[in-house]
Amino acid sequence: MKRFTKLFIAIDQTTKTNAKVGAIVNYLENSDDRSALYAIALLIGNRPRRPVKTADLKGWAASAAGIPSWLFEASYHVVGDLAEAIALVLPPQAEPGQAFTLPQVVDELANLSKRTDEEKKASITGYWKRLDKDERFVFTKLITGNFRMGVSRQLVIKALATYLGMDETAVAHRLMGKWMPTAETMASLFSETTLGERDFQPYPFYLAYQLDTSPESLGDVGGWYIERKLDGIRGQLIVRNGQLFVWSRGEDLLTDKFPEFGPLAEMLPDGTVIDGEIIPWQEGHPLPFQVMQTRIGRKNLSPKSLSEAPLVMVCYDLLEWNGEDIRGRPMHERRDLLQGLLSSPTSYPALLLSETMAFDSWREVADFRQRAREFHCEGVMLKRKDSPYGSGRRRGNWWKWKTDPLTADGVLIYAQSGHGRRANLYTDYTFGVWDEEGVLVPFAKAYSGLTDKEIAELDNWIKRNTLERFGPVRSVTPYHVFEIAFEGIGESSRHKSGVALRFPRILRWRRDKSPEDANTKADLLQLIDALR
Amino acid sequence: MLQFTTRGIYCPQADVYIDPWQPVERAVVTHGHSDHARWGMGRYLCHPHTAAILRLRLGIDTAIQSLEYGEVVTLNGVRISLHPAGHIIGSAQVRLEYGGEVWVVSGDYKLTHDGISVPYEPVRCHSFVTESTFALPIYRFPDPASVLLEIKQWWRQNAEAGFNTVLLAYALGKSQVLLQHLDPATGPVFIHGAVANVNAVLAEIGYQFAGERITPETDRATIKGAVVVAPPSALGSPWLKKLSPYRIALCSGWMQLRGARRRRGVDRGFVLSDHADWKQLNTAVAATGAENVYVTHGYEGPFARWLREEKGLYAREVHLQGGETTEGDL
Repeated sequence: MKRFTKLFIAIDQTTKTNAKVGAIVNYLENSDDRSALYAIALLIGNRPRRPVKTADLKGWAASAAGIPSWLFEASYHVVGDLAEAIALVLPPQAEPGQAFTLPQVVDELANLSKRTDEEKKASITGYWKRLDKDERFVFTKLITGNFRMGVSRQLVIKALATYLGMDETAVAHRLMGKWMPTAETMASLFSETTLGERDFQPYPFYLAYQLDTSPESLGDVGGWYIERKLDGIRGQLIVRNGQLFVWSRGEDLLTDKFPEFGPLAEMLPDGTVIDGEIIPWQEGHPLPFQVMQTRIGRKNLSPKSLSEAPLVMVCYDLLEWNGEDIRGRPMHERRDLLQGLLSSPTSYPALLLSETMAFDSWREVADFRQRAREFHCEGVMLKRKDSPYGSGRRRGNWWKWKTDPLTADGVLIYAQSGHGRRANLYTDYTFGVWDEEGVLVPFAKAYSGLTDKEIAELDNWIKRNTLERFGPVRSVTPYHVFEIAFEGIGESSRHKSGVALRFPRILRWRRDKSPEDANTKADLLQLIDALR
Repeated sequence: MLQFTTRGIYCPQADVYIDPWQPVERAVVTHGHSDHARWGMGRYLCHPHTAAILRLRLGIDTAIQSLEYGEVVTLNGVRISLHPAGHIIGSAQVRLEYGGEVWVVSGDYKLTHDGISVPYEPVRCHSFVTESTFALPIYRFPDPASVLLEIKQWWRQNAEAGFNTVLLAYALGKSQVLLQHLDPATGPVFIHGAVANVNAVLAEIGYQFAGERITPETDRATIKGAVVVAPPSALGSPWLKKLSPYRIALCSGWMQLRGARRRRGVDRGFVLSDHADWKQLNTAVAATGAENVYVTHGYEGPFARWLREEKGLYAREVHLQGGETTEGDL
């Protein structure tokens, strides 16, 4: 635990990639197999399910610190990170001099779920007493999750590749899926011979950057597959040894969420892995993303919700065919194989082939992109016909080219302070538009889009122009106008403005506008009508 | 006896304001930081060392009356005296007594010793006006001696690795604490012009601090394995270029939180403060014996509620204009 805490501090104290990689390699080199495995799992976010309720943790911390719960809440709000707030309010280490290994601590936490509340409390508060300030923070972070400590997955992969003497792509592949350190060894995870035994294991997703040059620089339009960019859930569908696995890009195993795909376990040949977009679909068209969201949120899938949001996978790539990893082959070969697979005599109603569209020039592609919403998509994907299937986000062979966002001008009406790097700084904003009675009603929340300098300026202004405080939220004088960009808009009965936005963010600070120039609720409803 | 007005804390009987932020006829100034000592008052009353600082900062020299710690001046029957606050050189708490009633306005203060300013002394009173910059239980500062030791070690490591060490701290107060404790045997000590200006004033009143001012003429080659003390405003400025390669740290109570340090993008954050932390604030309030506590400058709401509900005091939060001390003022 001490060494892992030191690793945490080393990573936390530098912004330089090489120093972070170096710290991880150093940790691995000086660890036994089990500690190394546990550390890797934690660094890439594979941790045991949260064993205790947040409310309990807060309560135990407040009572250990001798403060009332409201004061703990106020403190937590300023810190912005629960584990850090707890580590800071706890009294100094009561029983120093004891050492715990990382696997020991993680295993105990993993087993806590089965224990009574009293036992949980005794275990956790016991650690708090025996760990020092930094260890407590890391320990509590293990419980609360969000174990982001300034290392990306790519960085861990880099460190592991150095340590193991393996290729980065191979390491990335082996780390896929929600594996748990309790059930693995370094050998089961990384040695060549065990690869075939891991049926569930997905391939790393290949991701595209937004096109940031003129499309003409990509060369002849004929060298590219051009597909609609759909707004669903990116997924990987695996059939191996008669078993089906559906993974999301966030590496959640979603097989049970999509009973539509169940029959594929027997229909598709063993050793098939398809990459595609999972999306609700009816009468030849995708349904709005909100339909998907209501379905994903459900714990139990009723026949009603299944029929209201029938899902398909729009398939765009084939990664494994007859048990062979074909990611290295050119895309046109993979696509031919995919097409052959999907057009076989047995039809798979839940699988559609992603259409490629023929264009004679980039000009035509640009026109299509401009009008993408009319075609139920958010832009186009450009994929070089002879490209291999890469790993992670890369430039060059695949590009996304999204249509311009929709925009509206809103007035800043509420502010709340942020978390982590933005704790204690008002960075979470709510914007309003005018309703029929001339009242500003909230229509968008946005956290990003301003520079650090603008955030600091606005923070300062907010603190001096607060009208009312509601716990962590402040209402402010309606004064500043911002242009809000968003990808989609739909009617919503849950919001006062009557609309819900998809991916709202701040496009720019409109210092040239005053509140009366902001948009109205009627404008937004009109926009929804226009997009229908 | 005291009122909280839009111009500042006011004593009508003596017709005097304490740390006012708008021009008034007569002002008592607790210490020389710019959010407490402002320009434009008819007459100033403060500690002699603060007087020297006011002359530098505000360019005034006539209308300042200075008062030693413990010395009493009587204004229309109100006995006014200053008492050490331990915040920076010359910082004072203001004690006002009239008709047997005693009030104390703390100004900014800390209970730990910094080795330079006269240590804080508790003053018994009926009503205490306290600051609350770090009045949350998450602010429990480490012992300053151990932090200074860490800073010295860090400098040594950086020097060995071929880096200069830049320490960012208030020009008035913390810079001198650093300079007092840094060992010139480790390497050369340099200071930013803003720090040099303050040191020059303090030299006039008998305080000597090490450190060579960096000027456009300073030979870059001499800045090697050096420590450089500069105000936080130097962060991100082209002035730093001359010091490359360097590692940079902020020295501030705000560095207690990871988020604050990461947001600034510095290599290290050292928790070193001129303010009282949670524990010191509670100790100070208890030591005054005051039954009425007015909380200003910081986390007024939570601290007042804590004193009210947990300590049984009559505690009220007072929002003074411009009194919201935040990291931005670091």
